[in-house]
Amino acid sequence: MTMTTTPRELPHQPWGRVRQSRRTADRLMKITATGFTFTAIFVLFWILGMLVVKGIGGLSVATFTAVTPGPGTEGGGIANAIVGSFVLTFLGIAIATPIGVLAGTWLAEYGRSSKLANLIRFINDILLSAPSILIGLFVYVILVEPFRGYSGWAGGVALGIIAIPVIVRTTEDMLNLVPGPLREAGAALGAPPSVVITSVTWRAAKAGMVTGILLALARIAGETAPLLFTALNNNFWFSPTLVGGVSNLPVTIYQFASAPYENWQQLAWAGSLIITVSILVLSIVARRIVAGSK
Amino acid sequence: MTAATDMTSIPGATPIVRKTPKATFDLVFRNASFGAALLVLVLLAGIMASMVIGGWPAFREFGLGFITSSVWDTQNDQYGAWPAIVGTLSTALIALVIGVPLSLGIAVYLTQLAPGWFKKPVATAVELLAAVPSIIYGMWGLFVFVPLFAAYVQIPLSNIVEGLPIVGTVLYSRSPSGLGIFTAGIILAFMIVPFIASITRDMLEQIPSVLRESAYGIGATTWEVVRHVLVPQAGVSIIGAVMLGLGRALGETMAVTFVVGNANRLSASILDPGSTIASRIANEFNEAMGLQLNSLIALGCILFFVTFVVLVIARLLVARVKRY
Repeated sequence: MTMTTTPRELPHQPWGRVRQSRRTADRLMKITATGFTFTAIFVLFWILGMLVVKGIGGLSVATFTAVTPGPGTEGGGIANAIVGSFVLTFLGIAIATPIGVLAGTWLAEYGRSSKLANLIRFINDILLSAPSILIGLFVYVILVEPFRGYSGWAGGVALGIIAIPVIVRTTEDMLNLVPGPLREAGAALGAPPSVVITSVTWRAAKAGMVTGILLALARIAGETAPLLFTALNNNFWFSPTLVGGVSNLPVTIYQFASAPYENWQQLAWAGSLIITVSILVLSIVARRIVAGSK
Repeated sequence: MTAATDMTSIPGATPIVRKTPKATFDLVFRNASFGAALLVLVLLAGIMASMVIGGWPAFREFGLGFITSSVWDTQNDQYGAWPAIVGTLSTALIALVIGVPLSLGIAVYLTQLAPGWFKKPVATAVELLAAVPSIIYGMWGLFVFVPLFAAYVQIPLSNIVEGLPIVGTVLYSRSPSGLGIFTAGIILAFMIVPFIASITRDMLEQIPSVLRESAYGIGATTWEVVRHVLVPQAGVSIIGAVMLGLGRALGETMAVTFVVGNANRLSASILDPGSTIASRIANEFNEAMGLQLNSLIALGCILFFVTFVVLVIARLLVARVKRY
């Protein structure tokens, strides 16, 4: 760059005769954009650092084996909340996967660019960003109020409704990436559309579809608002029928974080660390699968 | 099918048993997937209907006064949505004012400035901000950000603006606890950044590089390329991305509930505690009975229609650009 050793007259910087004001504006923009980017990254690491610092002290064997303590009792853990969260999240995914995959398949394979398919695609995109608390209210109105009681089923349905649009979207996108000649080859062998879809198209798009389901899992694992009025939360092991409240991690964190008992706060931090690390790992794994399949 | 039967007529050969796919499976599969797709429409219609029906008693009781009244009195069963509506709109607006420049800066950095090897980790980090659960933002906000904000921004600012006209009202906080509308707006800003930034980045990447190259070719600086070539090209879709962020900010619940202060009355200062529609529902729903319950669902109904309109506009704007 700098030609200090050669005596030749060369412009010392690549800017040449660019006016000073233009140069300043350019430099300012570059500094601002870089600064903004690092601010966002800094916030991410700040949040993660906070979770590690405050949460790691709360991790012990009891955290994973004991049930959530009542008000004013010593010790305790969050075993019931962790298991409850697993149950609710997998219930949600179990409800959303068949519906989401089938709906995405219809959009990509049958509906294509028909008016109805475009409408469904549009509405699905809106559901994708609909406030999750409204989905909680909806499930309260259709499942909690009529049956007069909170239940894990209502919680699972609420999480499922949040997961469906995510799975619909990724399934359709992934199926659209499958080259048409593959389908034609299947059809040429005499296979009807359903067989072509299930044993050719789905198989070709498998990695991407699994990613969609993992992303949906990551999305609903930390959802709190829709569980507040559906699965509720309590300090006991839930009944196997899931009727009555089912303890779960996000609502436990919400209730324990600002409580006046020190062991509750400690458990809230430990729970936050567990849930965030699991979700971030899940998201990164999902991303890796996509990168690998490309 | 006929070819298979011909082959079986070869003498000495055992007849080939072919699995003939059943036509019923085909029909069932087709209808099941069609039904699943229709369910998406049913879900949205169901959410809409349940909000309107559940909130109807409150709308009937208070009429238009439900929206304009500022009273939220559980003792006398009087409910008005105005403070929550104002809180929702102002937190979302603050989030946009802070979040949009941040997002655009990140999108420009990722597409124009970052060195190749650095792009991917940075983009992943920004997207992971979207994966952090809302409640964790709330914890960070309440336990880390709020004390810092109170000590280093709210208290000094209150001392400066005290007694001044207009700013003395809007920026003065009576109880400098760090909780309030403005704090909620800041936390929301970081929550919507990954959404706006990643859509804007995608849009900027779709712009043909010939356009950029020709601008550089006539001597434009990077800033001029961004300002005069990239932004006008991606214009409408950036607005769409911003609207999408707005939709997120309007309905965000847990993080806001932690830091907004949950005050039922309306304050003239943006640094004072307030409440949003979502935070009020989260706070009161489980203890609510009768008309209060209906009023909370009616609040949800208002939130639904506001976000619905915002999201429809957002999707139309984003979709329009995708086509070319």
